[in-house]
Amino acid sequence: MAEKKDRAPTMVDAINRALHEAMDSDETIVVIGEDVGTNGGVFRVTAGLKEQFGKDRVIDAPLAESGIIGFSIGMAMNGLKPVAEMQFSGFSYYALAQIENHAARMRWRTRGAHSVPMVIRMPYGAGVRALEHHSESREAFFAHIPGLKIVIPATPARAYALTHAAIRDPDPVIVMEPKAVYRTIREDIDGIEPAEIGVSRTVREGGDLTIVSYGAMLHRALEAAESLAADGIDTDVIDVETISPLDAAPIAASVEKTGRLLIVNEAPPSFGPAGEIAMRVMEESFYSLHCPIRRICGWDIHVPFFAREQAYLPSVDRIVRAARDMITD
Amino acid sequence: MTGHLEYPEPSTKPHRVLDANGNLVDDQTSIDDDVGFLEEAFKAMLRARRFDERLLKLQRQGAIGTFAPIKGQEAAQVGAASTLRDDDWFVPSFREKAAMLLLGVEMADIFLTAAGWNEGLAGKKGDRRLPETVPVSSQLPIAAGIAYAARLRGEDTVAMVFFGDGATSSGDFHEAMNFASVLKAPVVFVCQNNGWAISTPRSAQTASSTIAQKAHAYGMPSAQVDGNDVLAVRQVVEEAVERARTKGLPSMVEALTYRMEVHTTADDPSRYRDDDEIEAWRARDPITRVETFLRSRSQIDDAMVEVLEEQIQDEIDRAWAATKTRIAELEEQSDEVIFDHIFEDLTPPLKRQRKDFLKTGRGANDG
Repeated sequence: MAEKKDRAPTMVDAINRALHEAMDSDETIVVIGEDVGTNGGVFRVTAGLKEQFGKDRVIDAPLAESGIIGFSIGMAMNGLKPVAEMQFSGFSYYALAQIENHAARMRWRTRGAHSVPMVIRMPYGAGVRALEHHSESREAFFAHIPGLKIVIPATPARAYALTHAAIRDPDPVIVMEPKAVYRTIREDIDGIEPAEIGVSRTVREGGDLTIVSYGAMLHRALEAAESLAADGIDTDVIDVETISPLDAAPIAASVEKTGRLLIVNEAPPSFGPAGEIAMRVMEESFYSLHCPIRRICGWDIHVPFFAREQAYLPSVDRIVRAARDMITD
Repeated sequence: MTGHLEYPEPSTKPHRVLDANGNLVDDQTSIDDDVGFLEEAFKAMLRARRFDERLLKLQRQGAIGTFAPIKGQEAAQVGAASTLRDDDWFVPSFREKAAMLLLGVEMADIFLTAAGWNEGLAGKKGDRRLPETVPVSSQLPIAAGIAYAARLRGEDTVAMVFFGDGATSSGDFHEAMNFASVLKAPVVFVCQNNGWAISTPRSAQTASSTIAQKAHAYGMPSAQVDGNDVLAVRQVVEEAVERARTKGLPSMVEALTYRMEVHTTADDPSRYRDDDEIEAWRARDPITRVETFLRSRSQIDDAMVEVLEEQIQDEIDRAWAATKTRIAELEEQSDEVIFDHIFEDLTPPLKRQRKDFLKTGRGANDG
């Protein structure tokens, strides 16, 4: 078993395999981004694609994020299916105007005469001792834009499933890839089916408390759940792998069982996904709550330089303490 | 040691066929073969001018919302758009109604959009006449991507993208020019340099001698043309289209023209430019010079122009009447259509919001 795990794919391998399979089965798919071709991407997510599918379909783009996304929108409108890479999410803001003004609006503007079936992949998040601008979690930016779908895989298998799903989707999908778990987890992906976008997944079941998380923080939530279980506190853990459109139904159903909701995410707390998840549960399951909803997030600060980045991130300890408080209060 | 730095002065002799008085610039040139085109262009430009005037009147009456008049830029648009094939892509900015009309966009749809109804932009599936783009220059990288896709899919179609002098200061302009050139996309970049970006004159927009020369930094050929000379514009743009179609490569054309009217109907140009300037450009009106030429060749006369004017007014009247009928129909419908086309399929959160919307009042139009 250990041997198999050693050989099992990382998240980078899983996305890479999904891209190979998709490009092989559909010749309208093109990959575009900075250094995605010859170099195979700075994280090697696109390694081998150019060798297999050629430089016209695996486009080493000039260094300009707005250009990459605008160009991709045009390709998507004219019969191709672009999978664009933003090298780091911290550089995607140059493309925010193209995303908001056109990717998200073209179907609506033209009343369905045009659509923008494209995927935007971007590594995001802290925890890899990177430079400034390489560690943020800004999913709320994108989730606030109508017409976009935002997914965040937490494991290799989910990355594989969500990459395939994003490529099949008829609308623009942003896949935010938690680079902190790009290579830390190996998982078998054989036989994994494409995900259904817009579905939250229950990944652990228990009756005392509901913890909701996604991305790299899901693993801290699971670690906290493990630690709580040792103390006899059983938790439901739900992976909100689609940030938008948010599927709150399983969360509400869980809260109706547990009466307690703790949300864990890496983004700054104010105006972030945790607030939205809390509100949706309030709307659906307010009278089931035994105690106030709590959130453990990053802070409303810039991610510190890497010597202190762990001070920014929600720690397992913070999650456990909050959970215990909620049970004993 | 000095003298290493240099600034090569670009050519500033825009291509011109007819001068402002409708006379051939070079009387050695024969344009006998182009008379048919000039007659069609005259009709198209007059139709666009009258339509634009009607839009302005309707806006002043409060019947439609803010729009960007095209008066003065008819030749640049008609000359350029006249070179497109039916299967080519037209990617406009927000001041392209003369080109749109030439390319078959319905007056009634333009009226409907200007009156604030999304349905005015409901094109046919895959329509290659794209709607106007509001954020300046953002359409440029999209045009490059469209053109690249055409080439990758084995089509010989081209994408023609329109923009103004102001757009050339923005990042998307430079990114699009660079992408099109590096990735070999058959794009025709048409800059209508109309002298003003709202209140900012061309001189405050860029320190380069011409806008055309900006193409050279991207390894791209370009030309300046008298944008009020419809045949000259057509000739230069035709060359760019040919290069795109046969070689799959981009070019840029700078059409020197002038915005005779307000930037949009919310603008007051008296705050930033003199009447003298407008008068000087009135003497270079793109329609007058073609009309003068055609009259000199006895291609048109007073009676023909009168009939044409009547036909145009009649067409505009019918289009506006059809628009009013359509608006009345749309006002009868539920405003729940505001939730349509956000995605291919309505997502569960949107379904819930639409339900709430229907419960709590169906919008202003239902009173």
